[in-house]
Formats: sequence, C-alpha cells, structure tokens
Amino acid sequence: MKADVSSSGPPLVELIRISKRYGDLLANDGIDLSIEPGEIHALLGENGAGKSTLVKILYGVIEPSAGEIRWEGRPVSIGSPVEARTLGLGMVFQHFSLFEEMTVAENIAVALSGEWSLANVRNRLSEISRTYGLALDADRAVWTLSAGERQRIEIVRCLLQNPRLLILDEPTSVLTPQEAEHLFVTLDKLSAEGCSILYISHKLEEVRRLCRRATILRAGRVVATIDPRASTAREIAALMVGNEVGDIRTDAPHTPQGEVLRVRNLDMPPVGLHGQALKDINLVVRAGEVVGIAGVAGNGQSELFAALSGERLAERNDAITIAGKPSGGMGIEARRRLSAAFVPEERLGHAAAPTHRLSENTLISHASTEVRSGFILLNAAKRLARTIIKSFDVRTPEGDPQARKLSGGNLQKFVIGREIIRKPKLLIVDQPTWGVDAGAARLIRQSLVDLARDGSAVLVVSQDLDELFEVADQMAVIHQGMLSPQKPIGEWTKEAIGLEMLGVAQAQGGAHAD
Amino acid sequence: MTIFEAILLTIVTASTPLLIAALGELVTERAGVLNLGVEGMMAMGAACSFAAAVSFDSTLLGVAAGILAGAFMAALFALVVLGFAANQVGSGLALTIFGLGLSGLIGAPFVGARRDPIPHVDVPILSDIPYIGRLFFEQDLFVYASFALTILIAVYLTRTRSGLTLRSIGENHTSANALGLPVLRTRFLAILFGGACAGLAGAYLALVYTRFWSPGMTAGRGWIALALVVFAAWRPGWLLIGAYIFGAATVLQLHAQAAQFGVPSQVLSAVPYLATIIALLLLSLRHGRAIGAPGSLGTPFVPDR
Repeated sequence: MKADVSSSGPPLVELIRISKRYGDLLANDGIDLSIEPGEIHALLGENGAGKSTLVKILYGVIEPSAGEIRWEGRPVSIGSPVEARTLGLGMVFQHFSLFEEMTVAENIAVALSGEWSLANVRNRLSEISRTYGLALDADRAVWTLSAGERQRIEIVRCLLQNPRLLILDEPTSVLTPQEAEHLFVTLDKLSAEGCSILYISHKLEEVRRLCRRATILRAGRVVATIDPRASTAREIAALMVGNEVGDIRTDAPHTPQGEVLRVRNLDMPPVGLHGQALKDINLVVRAGEVVGIAGVAGNGQSELFAALSGERLAERNDAITIAGKPSGGMGIEARRRLSAAFVPEERLGHAAAPTHRLSENTLISHASTEVRSGFILLNAAKRLARTIIKSFDVRTPEGDPQARKLSGGNLQKFVIGREIIRKPKLLIVDQPTWGVDAGAARLIRQSLVDLARDGSAVLVVSQDLDELFEVADQMAVIHQGMLSPQKPIGEWTKEAIGLEMLGVAQAQGGAHAD
Repeated sequence: MTIFEAILLTIVTASTPLLIAALGELVTERAGVLNLGVEGMMAMGAACSFAAAVSFDSTLLGVAAGILAGAFMAALFALVVLGFAANQVGSGLALTIFGLGLSGLIGAPFVGARRDPIPHVDVPILSDIPYIGRLFFEQDLFVYASFALTILIAVYLTRTRSGLTLRSIGENHTSANALGLPVLRTRFLAILFGGACAGLAGAYLALVYTRFWSPGMTAGRGWIALALVVFAAWRPGWLLIGAYIFGAATVLQLHAQAAQFGVPSQVLSAVPYLATIIALLLLSLRHGRAIGAPGSLGTPFVPDR
C-alpha cells in the first residue's frame, strides 16, 4: 500500500533506514519516513512498536545506531533538542514537560533560546493565544491548571519558535472530546499555514479526521504507509496488531438480575491539597451487566475506586451495599469475603508488588485460600500463578518472574486474571487497558464481558470512551467528584458524554440517578 | 557601647556564617541536589583558611583558601552524585564525616595559634542611624558580603535567564533535559557554589568568630544551615530572616544560661533546635505540603541514551 504524494521539491524531513538498538532489542529497525511541507502525517502503532524511540531520535533526545536524517534534502545530524529546535522542530510531549511550581510565562520563557524579557514573553504569549484561540493566563502556576490548559502551554511554547515541523505525542489522551476538537481546529490552521505536523496516536478516528498519510509501525518496522481515509478502522488496526482484530463478543442475551453493588448518596472529603471530593454519588450495578464510568482523568475516579474497594471507608455503613450487606465501613479484605474483587489503576506498586514473584503476588487477593495458620502454601500459590498465566495468555520471560519484569500489558492481564479466576460476584476495575497494547486490551475487555455474561456484576472506570462503548451495558460520567445519571449505553452519544465531562449538563440541571 | 548593643553585635556575628552557608546550600538545592555535606565542607573551609592565614599571615589568602577548600570538597561530591549518579543522602553524609576528619588533620599543627581581629568598616551616614546603624553598618566586610549575596541570589533566581534554567532543572530534570537545558553542567556549578559558600562560612568562623582553630569547631552549624533552607521554604529573603532568628536564639540562650534562670543549661541549648522544629511544623500545617521544595530534589539524573 502506498499513498500518493502530490508535492514538488524535496520533503521537509526524510528519515532513511533509521535503526536503534538497545542491547538485544531492535527498537527501530531500518525505518523510512518522509514528511512534506504543510502535511499532517500520522505515526501509528501499538505500545512498544517503536514510535517514541523514533520521535526521540528525530528530536535529538537519543542517537540512532544507524541511518540518516535529511532536512529539506540536506543530510543533518541532530545531536540535542536544542539543535532540533534551531532546525525548526517543535515537540509536544505525551507526559507534559512542564514545571509545576513555576508560572505559565516562566514555563514558556525557559524553552526560548536567545534574548528575552518576561514582559516580552507575555506579549508574544497573548499574541499567539489570540491567533490560535489558545487561552492562557500568564501568571498562574502550572499545578493549578487542567490538562487541556497544560497542553496549550506546550503548544504555545513550540509555536513561539516558529517551527517548520510540530511533533505531537498522543496529544488527546488527556483531553475531553470538545478539547480535542478544539486542538484539531488549531492543527488544521497550522497545517494550512505551511507547518508540517507529525501526529503520533493509536486512536484511529482522530487520525482519519486529521491526516492524509499515516505510517504504521509494528515491532520497530514500518509495515505500511497508507491514506487512513481510504482504509477502514479494522484494516488499520489489523496492520497495527498484525492479525485481524476480532470484535468483542457480547452475544449472550443481556438479562441483568439482582443488585450486587448499590451506592447511596456517598460523600467523601478530599485527601491532600489536589485531591477531589466525592459528592452525592449514586450507582447501581446488577449481576450480569457491565457498568462503565467515563470521565477525564483527575475528576474523582481514583477516589471513587478507593471508596468502593475499601481503601478509604465511608462515613455511613449503608452508603455502599455489596451483595445486600451494608459495607461502607468494611475494609478491603472484608469486602473480598463478600465476593468482591478489585483491580486498581496502577499495576506496579498498587495491584502488584514489583519485586515479588507472580506466585507471591497472587497472595495479595487470595490470602484466604493460599495461606494457612499464617504460613504461605507455596505450591498452591505457584499452581495458581501458572493457571492465571495460562488462562490469560500472560507472556513471561521465565516461569515465575518478578512482577516488574513483565511488560505493562502482560502484567495487566495477570492482575485482572488473578481477580477473575476467583469468580467474584462483583469486579471493580480502574482503567483496565491503560497503556496496554491492542492485543492485550482485546483479551482483557473480552474477559470482562465474559465475566458479566457468566452472572457477575462488573464496574469499569475508564478514560477510553471507545472501550466503554465496547464493553458497557450502562454508563455514567464522573465530573469533579459528581456522577451523572446512569443510562443504558445506547442512550448515550459522544456529544452528551463530552458535555457531562465538562460539567455542562450538570450545570443545566441534570438530575442524579437514584 | 551598652551591654544590650554588645549582645546584638554578637547576634550578627553568630548569624553571618549560618546565612552564608545556607545561601550556598539553597542554590544547590534549587538546582535539585541535596548536599548533606555542608558541615564537612564548612569544617574544611575553617581548617584550610586558618592554616593559610597563619602560614602566610594574610587574612585574604586565608579566605581564598577556605573558599577553595569548600569548592574542592563540593567537587568530590559532584563527581560521585553527578558522575556516578550515586545516592545523594549517603554521599552527603560521607562528605561530612570525611570533611570533619580531614579538617582535624590539616588543622592539627595550628591548634593554639591565634589571629588578630579583622577591621570593621563603617558605612558613612548609615552608621549614624540610631540603634540599627551601629549594629549593621559598623561591621566587617563579611557581613556586608552576606547581605549583598542574599540580594544577588534572590535577583539571580527570579530575574535572570540562567536562574530560571537552574530552577527548572531543580523542579523537573527530565523535562529540562528534554528542552535541551544543561542539567549536569548547571548542577555541577550549583554544587561548586554551595561548597564555596560553605568554605567561606567556615573561614568566617575561624578567622572572625573564634579566631583560633579547634577540631569540630563548626559544632553543627552546617546542619543548622541545612534546616534553615527548609525553614525558609527555599527563598533567599526568608533565609535572611531565619538565619538571624536562629543566630539570636543561639546567642540569647548563652546569656540566659549566664543569668542563671534556674533552668538546666541543656534545655536552653536545645531552644534554637526546638524553635526550628516548631517553625517547620507550623509552616507545613499552614500549607499542607512541603512548600517550595524543588520537585527533583535529591533524585539522581540519568540521561536517556
């Protein structure tokens, strides 16, 4: 597959047979990539496909082991980010490279080369803000800002250098749909002015909305360069994953039975300076169904998870009812005895102990079966770990490795498998496929759906809307610690979800579910 | 000169070495490096400055030797924590132990020697201001230098390009590196500066404060300087105030002991330290977190290659 390139003159930037080797691992293996002036070019691939490595090479953060970079036809060597910026490259990082305690103006000034004064920076900031609709308050400290505002700082920081090529690494992962659309308008405008954009993502819809050409990486190699508008999402996903991606099977008839989890008017004060309070949360999860909680990160998801799992206790015992028993005041292990199971967001350090072996990690939630009179039943634990590894396709470097030696996707399969294998009546999962490759994500989603179809109640907290639309029967949106009414998935549109995520629907007087 | 004025004058003399050493540590920590070796660098500064001053009969050479000794010790520390990305807490503690030992060795031949007091320099007009005039404007050059240093560092950190770079590196070294800021070079210079200041503070102790050398004469002042940086929430202006509160507490408890209040002297000696703990407690209660602490403080930086 090859997309047509209708442009005269040399491309703005050309990567020729770029390779990067880390020990035995070839992170990049002879990658060719070219970007035309004014083009929005997508770089697609799963986690670990080599996208980040390639971009770091282009931006001068790491050196390639082999290969050549050409800028407007001339061979160049980019030894550092400073050299990259001098050449005309700008980069917006996935994890923001901002300084929390410093103001917006200082954050921008520190990235500028040459002479400047803070007053000067302020003027140019307000100029760029107006031109591209990127509203920012120069004197606010960064830690007080939302993810969308932080990203704007990064973008303004790049634009002040008048870049010829702007690199964006997973820019929408922290944005609401509305904020993302706002970003796309800005990018279209930049592209129309002749600025090239390299857009890194694994979200197919965005890529089809923005780009005419996409380069797809798999295991460090280019597998295709295509026109994403001429291919279906399934075709592109197949190229990324390497084998046809099956749909999630949700064939069994949906017949929810009795309530397993009920949350009634749950309030919880915030923890720490940047914590989020929970306000009047109401929620029902019945046996046989998957309920999804959508929302932008930091709106109370972790607090809700902590309240439901028993990491923090509710004031009223009847605020949370599990399997008919008021359990707001019960600890985690007491709730597990009611046949509830929990998978927190953070795999390493929260769901699993990094330096413990997988067999030892099974004890975290299987303490009642793998321990007798205080002694660990080592063989039983090892057997259990083997069963989980086998049933959930966990790829391990050795038989019973330390948890930290597993890749993110495999460890996630393990910790979710560890809970599912107990056949819990209630499973609560926070961000089940965060940072996990497409193959593992599919397996995890399928096993969540299967668990519900076997009669368990499943609650999934996720920032990934596509994921929720795949697995959930019911959905609610969390915004600033408040939960929207809970509705069947078919009654939600992406627009309605976006409004809830921004709190607009609640401001208009939406009633809470009972 | 009244007794009251004499007491106030000793407060200035007691506060100045604390201020100078803490200013150096403040710059080091704002760059993200925690150097617990202040006490050792200060002791080396004191020993080397006294040795040089006696050997060459020159206060100027003594001061230069003190600064160089502090900077040399800091360079050793920098080699370990920057070059080998070693643990900063462990390396800093080792530096203190090493510095205390080595200073004893260097200073041994000079035990018993004495230096004359250094001249005081009056600032015209300002020294005629009642009360504070004589206190602050009839002092030795070190005192003026410590005030100038406070202002210069405050301006440097908030108003200059290089100061902004240094703060950024202390706040988040990964981001700073991605922006192309020279993390290791900036940290190296900041550590050297911190060492030079500690050395200068040691020189002040040996050449002005006591005017003799004895092993262990720094008597925990390096640790107090470290606490002051936290107390001042990493801000030079507050550091000035903190150093004087602490200097005052140190001197006043001596007088209180002499006046025989009927309180055990050990309790009075502990007052300055208790004051520090209470101040830290009150500060953290008000802000609910370690205010002003640089984000990358104490974390080794390993570049991504």
